[in-house]
Amino acid sequence: MSENIIEIQHLEKNFGSHKVLSDIDFSVKKGDVTTIIGVSGSGKSTLLRCINVLETPSGGKILFHGNDIDEKGFSVTDYRAKVGMVFQNFNLFSNMSVLQNCVVGQVKVLGKKKAEAEETAKYFLEKVGMLPYINAKPKQLSGGQKQRVAIARALAMEPEVLLFDEPTSALDPQMVGEVLAVMRQLAAEGLTMIVVTHEMAFARDVSSHVVFMKDGVIWEEGTPEDIFVNPKKDETKDFLARFIN
Amino acid sequence: MADFIEGIIKVWNGYGPSFLNGALNTLIVSFIGTVAGCIIGFGVGVVQTIPVDKKDPLWKRVILTAVNLILKGYVELFRGTPMIVQSVFIYYGARMVFDYQIDVWPAALLIVSINTGAYMAETVRGGILSIDPGQTEGAKAIGMNHVQTMMNVIIPQAFRNIIPQIGNNFIINIKDTSVLSVISFADLFFTHKSAVGALYLYFESATITMAIYLVMTVTASFLLRLLEKKLDGDDNYDLATTDTLAYTSGMLSYHQKEKTLEDFK
Ligand SMILES: Nc1ncnc2c1ncn2[C@@H]1O[C@H](COP(=O)(O)OP(=O)(O)O)[C@@H](O)[C@H]1O
Ligand SMILES: [Mg+2]
Repeated sequence: MSENIIEIQHLEKNFGSHKVLSDIDFSVKKGDVTTIIGVSGSGKSTLLRCINVLETPSGGKILFHGNDIDEKGFSVTDYRAKVGMVFQNFNLFSNMSVLQNCVVGQVKVLGKKKAEAEETAKYFLEKVGMLPYINAKPKQLSGGQKQRVAIARALAMEPEVLLFDEPTSALDPQMVGEVLAVMRQLAAEGLTMIVVTHEMAFARDVSSHVVFMKDGVIWEEGTPEDIFVNPKKDETKDFLARFIN
Repeated sequence: MADFIEGIIKVWNGYGPSFLNGALNTLIVSFIGTVAGCIIGFGVGVVQTIPVDKKDPLWKRVILTAVNLILKGYVELFRGTPMIVQSVFIYYGARMVFDYQIDVWPAALLIVSINTGAYMAETVRGGILSIDPGQTEGAKAIGMNHVQTMMNVIIPQAFRNIIPQIGNNFIINIKDTSVLSVISFADLFFTHKSAVGALYLYFESATITMAIYLVMTVTASFLLRLLEKKLDGDDNYDLATTDTLAYTSGMLSYHQKEKTLEDFK
């Protein structure tokens, strides 16, 4: 059995007195594709944001290769460079071209030479089909194109794990496919991913592990077959019934 | 009317070069003051937007709070008092308190710079806070620290957004530096006062002064609009060649572009 890259233990998050996550436990191994499903407001984004330390957890632990990320001396910025994130709203740097978006992190954070960083950026931009657009600014791209660039930007950091927070939810329906195709390819190539999504077909076909969340807790989890074919809890069945039709 | 035109000619013949020299000094002090004010404003605005984390050590939070208090005091003081009073305060105050007679030029530059800096600080702070938090999150998510995020992502965008306000400050400075005549800074208005003192042609001299101020402000705002247009850039971009084989040999520039309809217009 291979080592856990990320291990989450009893994670809790409160916003004031509002309990958003409680007692979240799960772990991710190299090559795992974990999808997190659940209605909106169930805490999926908050969970991902805690994993990437965009939110500070209120309790519990997150271990990265066995090291507590809250420990003194643990570098959050180094950690974030290894745990990438793709956002629902892309968050591309609007003052930079497509190429610069994919280069800046490599140069400033990883300390790579510009030429090398550009090669890497182009490699990943080609992978997501955005190489012809390297000189474009984000505002000149469609949503699907932006998201593919955002994926390339995250990949260019060569992270160990990539987190996706509803990467297709802000897209027009005709653009969802192009982004999902890229994600399917990445999964097939063995990239470790944690994906929050409402795309049930993607979750069913691509995941190694599915987590169903409700009201800030993991209600049910298992293989895609466990969740989509033989769900045990009524809540899971209700949720799926609403999404599958 | 003939008298009036005659008067104008008389003033101009006597003081034309002085008016132009005064106008030049006005432009120089306004320009340098605006640039220096911008630098001060960015410094203050950036410090004021340093996030404090609950996990930061106590000393860091204490220092930051103290510095922010001082900066807030600076901003309030120089926005809340007239520049003419600030001028005499600094020019004569320096002599009384520090026993040091500051020269007119350094005094003028200092006054305009710190006055503009106070206004720019608020503008910059607003500019930074108005950038979509998603930009910061995007930067954090690839491992950038606060300084890297500010330098590479937030400040360039904030700067672009506040260029109109920087321009406005420059235009305001062209007009408001007229108060510097109170410390005998030889700007355009000071020239007017000298001309009037010698020739007693108030209306004529004022007309010339008004006209020169107007030419300067109108020209400045025209140039600014040009600059803004240029910075907005065109909405087109060159598609890099789609021949992916071309990328394998470490090629880095993509200047060759396919001919498009645009090229034939
Ligand atoms: N910054 C915040 N402050 C207060 N409440 C928040 C904040 N972010 C999220 N929440 C609340 O936490 C709950 C879970 O939100 P979220 O994680 O975004 O859910 P999901 O991604 O599953 O839709 C919601 O009730 C939301 O209102
Ligand atoms: Mg969400």
